[in-house]
Amino acid sequence: MSSIGIVLGFYALSGLTIGAGLLVFLSRNLLHSVIFVILAFIGMAGLFVTLSADFIAVSQILIYAGAISVLLVFAVMLTPYASRDNPNSLFAPAGILIGLGFAGLMGFVGMRVIWPQLTGSDLEAQSFTGTVRSIGSMLLGTYALPFELASVLLLAAFIGAIALVREDEA
Amino acid sequence: MTAALDPIRAARVPLTGAKLVIGVIALVILAGIAGGVGFLVVSGALDGHWYDLRDLGIPIAHLRGWLDEQNKAQPAQLHDLLGDHWISYLTTALIGAIGILSFVGGVLLVLIWVERRLIGRIQVRRGPNRVGPYGLLQPVADAIKLIQKEVLIPNGADRFLFFLPPILVFIPGLLVWGPVPWAPNMNYLDLNVGVLYLIAISSLATIAIFIAGWSSNNHYALLGAMRTVAMMISYEIPLSMALVAVVLMTGSMQLSQIVQWQADHNVWLGALMPLALFTFFFSSTAELNRTPNDIAEAESEIVAGFRTEYFGMKFGLFYAVELGNAVAVGAFVTAFFLGGWSLFGLEQWIPPYLIFAVKVSSVYFVLVWLRGTLPRFRLDQLMAFAWKYLIPINLANTVLVAIEVTAFNHSSLPGVVSLGAIGVVNLVFTVWVARRWARFLGYRPETEHVLHPSLQTQVGGLRAAERLRASS
Repeated sequence: MSSIGIVLGFYALSGLTIGAGLLVFLSRNLLHSVIFVILAFIGMAGLFVTLSADFIAVSQILIYAGAISVLLVFAVMLTPYASRDNPNSLFAPAGILIGLGFAGLMGFVGMRVIWPQLTGSDLEAQSFTGTVRSIGSMLLGTYALPFELASVLLLAAFIGAIALVREDEA
Repeated sequence: MTAALDPIRAARVPLTGAKLVIGVIALVILAGIAGGVGFLVVSGALDGHWYDLRDLGIPIAHLRGWLDEQNKAQPAQLHDLLGDHWISYLTTALIGAIGILSFVGGVLLVLIWVERRLIGRIQVRRGPNRVGPYGLLQPVADAIKLIQKEVLIPNGADRFLFFLPPILVFIPGLLVWGPVPWAPNMNYLDLNVGVLYLIAISSLATIAIFIAGWSSNNHYALLGAMRTVAMMISYEIPLSMALVAVVLMTGSMQLSQIVQWQADHNVWLGALMPLALFTFFFSSTAELNRTPNDIAEAESEIVAGFRTEYFGMKFGLFYAVELGNAVAVGAFVTAFFLGGWSLFGLEQWIPPYLIFAVKVSSVYFVLVWLRGTLPRFRLDQLMAFAWKYLIPINLANTVLVAIEVTAFNHSSLPGVVSLGAIGVVNLVFTVWVARRWARFLGYRPETEHVLHPSLQTQVGGLRAAERLRASS
């Protein structure tokens, strides 16, 4: 974090992500919430860019901002009473507890882990040639079996979804 | 049709002497410029200097070098705070952003006129010809009219979400121009995940269209948005699969590398992989909502689709984005399948960005041609074509291309032989699988197109009028 551009970008993107995350549950309309969720996803993608994780950043936009968001919108729209105001939830205390617990866990882990920090010449000695090639060789080399298992799982889910909604042909 | 009845032929002015002289003078000037440039190129006076305008990236690179020199002279505190290259980064970022903005704006201004004139020509009418010479100022008049319109919000519409979509669709429309490789060094955003970036950015427009339909509080708008989103999501899959074939063949997701591969091997990927080219082009027309896939605005069915309630400049933004994206698709078809800036060695002589622009315009012309000619698919036909036809045959194509690439990388044959073999195999495979899979899905041309239509024998058919006239 030597360059001021990275620092400015980090704070701007963090602010965007956190602000959008706050607006997700502060807005009374469910579809507005979905829009702010997408904004938070895009802010996360920007944070990945500042970490030189370009492949993950683009995948974040492709999968979350592009695909999952459409799924969310359809889910909200096919829910009855989706267009009425977002009512007070009975689960608010439980949700706040879970959220606080998760935040505490993440904060604890973040504080305890010794992060490899590189500055100055050590940082410049590292080569950031792009993560695509290394991710690809890992997925199809070291972690080929979990990768293929995940794809088989997805295929099974895909076929199962089709089988569930398919009407019996008389 | 005789000349007197044909409005376009009748409007033609015969070639006069003055026109001939002006034409000859223009040709001589062009030949002089070409000869001068040719001399400069052959003598090597241009190579790599800042005035080498064959590639606009070279002057920019020289500008960056000069700015870095200036950067060293800045005060020490500023240097510690901002680093070595901030002036050159800032300057080049600004130049690129302003370049893209002005390019897209200029293209939109011209293309509204070009598209309407071309479609008019195709449909044997005149097109816009009242505002300015040849109707050239028509886009300006359109824009003024659209801006003047009263801003109306439908009753019960979601005010916040109603204003958002025209802006949201415009952002991806500008962002896709980032990685376009205009020339070897003229590449604003040469990401090493370029192909993935394009797919990701183009998927962002889907949500904007859906919100446009939902927030309008209009049944037609919602229906139009639903079918548009369904179509765009479906066609993203064959589009990505066509790009997977390209990435497999070239071994890179970087657009400059993809074009460089085609330039190195002196081959166009569209000739090697006709199925991928067709799939990409067809799926792009679906992503663009253009004919034959413009079910988003099927006027006969759902008024104007998701933008029924949008008018004035909000409609203008949707319209402009569709036009601009059509040109962007032209740019990507060119970069992926038509060799990009390369033209079999001629890029040494002609500025590569001009070659690129000519190829882009040709693809755009084909898009306009399709729009002026073809009817519209039905919704179920369109979805079935994506899921049942394009996706299976492209899966097979991906496997075939993977095998070919492995063989190509391990063979010691000269490139002409191996690439020629790949091209022939792919062409045969494309023709075979396209016919075979259509038959498998139940397409029977010999039974659906009856050889002797009943209409012809019963009512009289196409030549009934002639026969009546002859008999009376």
